[in-house]
Amino acid sequence: MGKYIKFFIVGIFFGIVLVKSEAVSWYRIFEMFKFQSFHMYGIIGTAVATGVVILLLTKQLHIKNIYGNQIRVPLKDRGYVRYLLGGSIFGLGWALAGACPGPMYILVGTGVFSMLIVIAAAILGTYTYGVLKDKLPH
Amino acid sequence: MDVILQPWPWYVTGPCIALVMFLLLYFGRTFGMSSNLRTLCAIGGAGKKVPFFNFDWQSQKWNLVVVLGAMLGGYLAHFHLSVPTDIALSEATVSDLNALGFENTGKSLLPAELFSWEAVFSLKGILILIVAGFLVGFGTRYGGGCTSGHAITGLSSLQLPSLIAVIGFFIGGLIMIHLIYPILF
Repeated sequence: MGKYIKFFIVGIFFGIVLVKSEAVSWYRIFEMFKFQSFHMYGIIGTAVATGVVILLLTKQLHIKNIYGNQIRVPLKDRGYVRYLLGGSIFGLGWALAGACPGPMYILVGTGVFSMLIVIAAAILGTYTYGVLKDKLPH
Repeated sequence: MDVILQPWPWYVTGPCIALVMFLLLYFGRTFGMSSNLRTLCAIGGAGKKVPFFNFDWQSQKWNLVVVLGAMLGGYLAHFHLSVPTDIALSEATVSDLNALGFENTGKSLLPAELFSWEAVFSLKGILILIVAGFLVGFGTRYGGGCTSGHAITGLSSLQLPSLIAVIGFFIGGLIMIHLIYPILF
């Protein structure tokens, strides 16, 4: 149990941050895709900018993870089709639900239990991908 | 305390999200929320029928713990660390949503028109939630990640596949909001 506590705490922090910033709000996602506010672009932009700096620093300073290994981000497989097609399909769902997977879970915590239906459908979508995987272009 | 109770600005939020990414890397893992959907399929026994789900899901339990924490964090932030505040949406957004028939825009996190039980128990309402969830679940696995895996982690590590995926996110999102919403609502 002890080794999981740190992940639980990171999760709590993640949930608090996304609610307090309104990034879990359906309205904010609608507004983002309408280009009517800088809010979400500011969040994603500063997250990526900070992330780039953090990852460069961990490399420069040879910061190791808790297992004593060099910190490394898993590399995505090469390819274009799956990222463009899969990404677009996800984008359609993201804009319709107004939530991506992280916020879906978080919103259940805020008392939006109808989101459990969306999550169940997302599990079904993932299962369907698993079934069709070898027939899809990647 | 008031600073915490009010909505947090974007320039505080972004670095906090980057910190989440870093902590998970520091703990020897990686930041990716949609992977949990695959794990849940595997826990449900999908690995017996579909090879894609035949993996050691026990090794992914840590990520489900992140999800549990995120749910508790959502509860704490919403019920204990917030004062009732309307979302400060742009005027253009409010008037666009009014035109689509949405009322009380920004009074809560999500519109009652889609997420109230009244909406859920209408045919159109339930179909919207199911289709939306299905597209998210299918698309994230096909595209190899969602906002956390591609837009935050992938872009932060300057990976081209993630940039392509994020471009895809916006192609899909823009089509939905600008072309399909006017038909749906």
